[in-house]
Amino acid sequence: MPSPVKIPELSKSDQDRVAQVGIDLAMKNRCGSYLQMDQEIVQAECSQQGVEVLSFKKAMEKYDGMKEYTWQAVSPEKDDITRYVAAQKEPKGYVIIAHKGSNNILPIQACLYLGREQIQHVHNIIVAEEGAELHIISGCTSGAHVGKGGAHYGISEFFVKKDAKISFTMIHNWSENIEVFPRSASIVEDNGVFLSNYVCMQPVKKIQMYPTATLRGTDSVARFSSIVISTPGSFMDLGSRAILEGRGASAELITRAITKGGTIISRGHINGKTAGTRGHLECKGLILKDGVIYAIPEIEGSVVGTELSHEAAVGKLARDEIEYLMSRGLDEDEATATIIRGFLDVKIAGLPEALQRQIDASIDVAEKAGF
Amino acid sequence: MLQIKDLHVNVGDKEVLYNINLHIGEGETHVLLGPNGSGKTTLLMTIMGFANYSITRGKIIFKGEDVTTMKANERAKRGIGMLFQRPPTISGLKLGKMLTAISRNKEDNIPELARSVHMDKFLERDINKGFSGGEIKRSEVLQLMIQNPDFVMLDEPESGVDLENISLIGTAIGSLLEKDKHLVRRKKSGLVITHTGYILDYLDADRGHVMCDGEIKCHGNPREILKDIKQLGYKECLQCRHQ
Repeated sequence: MPSPVKIPELSKSDQDRVAQVGIDLAMKNRCGSYLQMDQEIVQAECSQQGVEVLSFKKAMEKYDGMKEYTWQAVSPEKDDITRYVAAQKEPKGYVIIAHKGSNNILPIQACLYLGREQIQHVHNIIVAEEGAELHIISGCTSGAHVGKGGAHYGISEFFVKKDAKISFTMIHNWSENIEVFPRSASIVEDNGVFLSNYVCMQPVKKIQMYPTATLRGTDSVARFSSIVISTPGSFMDLGSRAILEGRGASAELITRAITKGGTIISRGHINGKTAGTRGHLECKGLILKDGVIYAIPEIEGSVVGTELSHEAAVGKLARDEIEYLMSRGLDEDEATATIIRGFLDVKIAGLPEALQRQIDASIDVAEKAGF
Repeated sequence: MLQIKDLHVNVGDKEVLYNINLHIGEGETHVLLGPNGSGKTTLLMTIMGFANYSITRGKIIFKGEDVTTMKANERAKRGIGMLFQRPPTISGLKLGKMLTAISRNKEDNIPELARSVHMDKFLERDINKGFSGGEIKRSEVLQLMIQNPDFVMLDEPESGVDLENISLIGTAIGSLLEKDKHLVRRKKSGLVITHTGYILDYLDADRGHVMCDGEIKCHGNPREILKDIKQLGYKECLQCRHQ
């Protein structure tokens, strides 16, 4: 069993924030852990046979620069964020490799904690080799109040080999003066499955991300789900993209977005390039208080035999639904919270129960605070 | 149990119910008949306390208390419950979760109650999403079983339901209204909208009322009224033969 995570310099409230993003400091239900506080790597270990959790530096040394993977899914020239990370002389971040045929029943946790005013940068590489199954929960958080603010630049490159599966569940709990710029891409080979789940229920100054899955393999699958609440002052430019290249490849992109006064741009793009591919994009938004939900669903098909669809809806809570629950004895606040909870309840096919519970727990925290 | 005095109701600027007077005693079940659009559902929604139905005159007294200005949840807590004809679909909200939310009694065995109305396989389904007519009604009955109201309003409980399900729903509703108890021990009351009268085989209604154009125009024995309507239609019935 891996050692418990010790971060004594964190206050009790900040330790609670770490726990809220799914980080189990006791390591009871985790098989491995990577913890980076600002630019300091506190822990990188894994007890699961066949699975390695390494710091980026160590992995480069051990696997001769990981040339097969480094900057192969994300271009270093993509934008200012990638250029900044690529220019670092001492790159930070983690490399997780599930070797051929391995399977981690308990998830690996990766915690990126921002405690000081600065830019935290990471470059992560995640590989599931042929037939491997890898489950990761990534909790990204900061101290409740990081002075004048900070930023997180995160590059994540995923490689899902033949018959392999990666589920990556990312929970954000930043504060109102943090800017966050993840840059992620995945390459999925034959019969590979890539699940990406994103949850952000707490304030953030700005977040911008548009992860892309390129489904190169035959019958490869990608499922993205995003569950977000935007509070006043938060600007969230989110999206996900699937490029369907392999015959029989399929993708599902699902977003549930609620604004309580902040701005959410919900992008989505599915590009069907090969016959026999399927994709569905769904964005549902609720405006609880004046704010912006701007849904931009795009589906692009360029061959006969690709089937793509999308649905997008933005609206308010339906009065008849609230009153229906009130007629069963719930007061207006209880009825409203019950409906919102249902709205956010997205069950992700193929996600281990423990990770689904973690997503539910994040929503529970927001529900207890009255959404 | 329920007394309605000189009730007038608006939806928006339009008056839709006029001069409604009704008294339903403890243990009694009344039937509300009338053509489509006559105001029957409006009356039930008003009694339940839906905000869209604005009471401009009159009073609703429930168990001796004036509930006219109370919200739906306050009325529900005092013992008013309703089976909806067309309840809304709530995406994402599972029936089981809703039943847990409305259950005030920790002793409720929700799976067992669900099994009794053949809804145990629906507890993980979004409420009313893709439900058939019979499934909607069984879901409504199940919610009422957990709510256990003293006064039960039923808006066309048999519409869209096959004969087998009518028997199941009718028996469950009969139980909700304590029809299995002796008359003197029966405390629950009901108000039922029906077009076909099939549900009356399970309820033994005490009194019937006919609504037309927003008014109750006729009272009497429910089976006699229903017989007249079946034979002569509403036009003849509304000649007030039973007033």
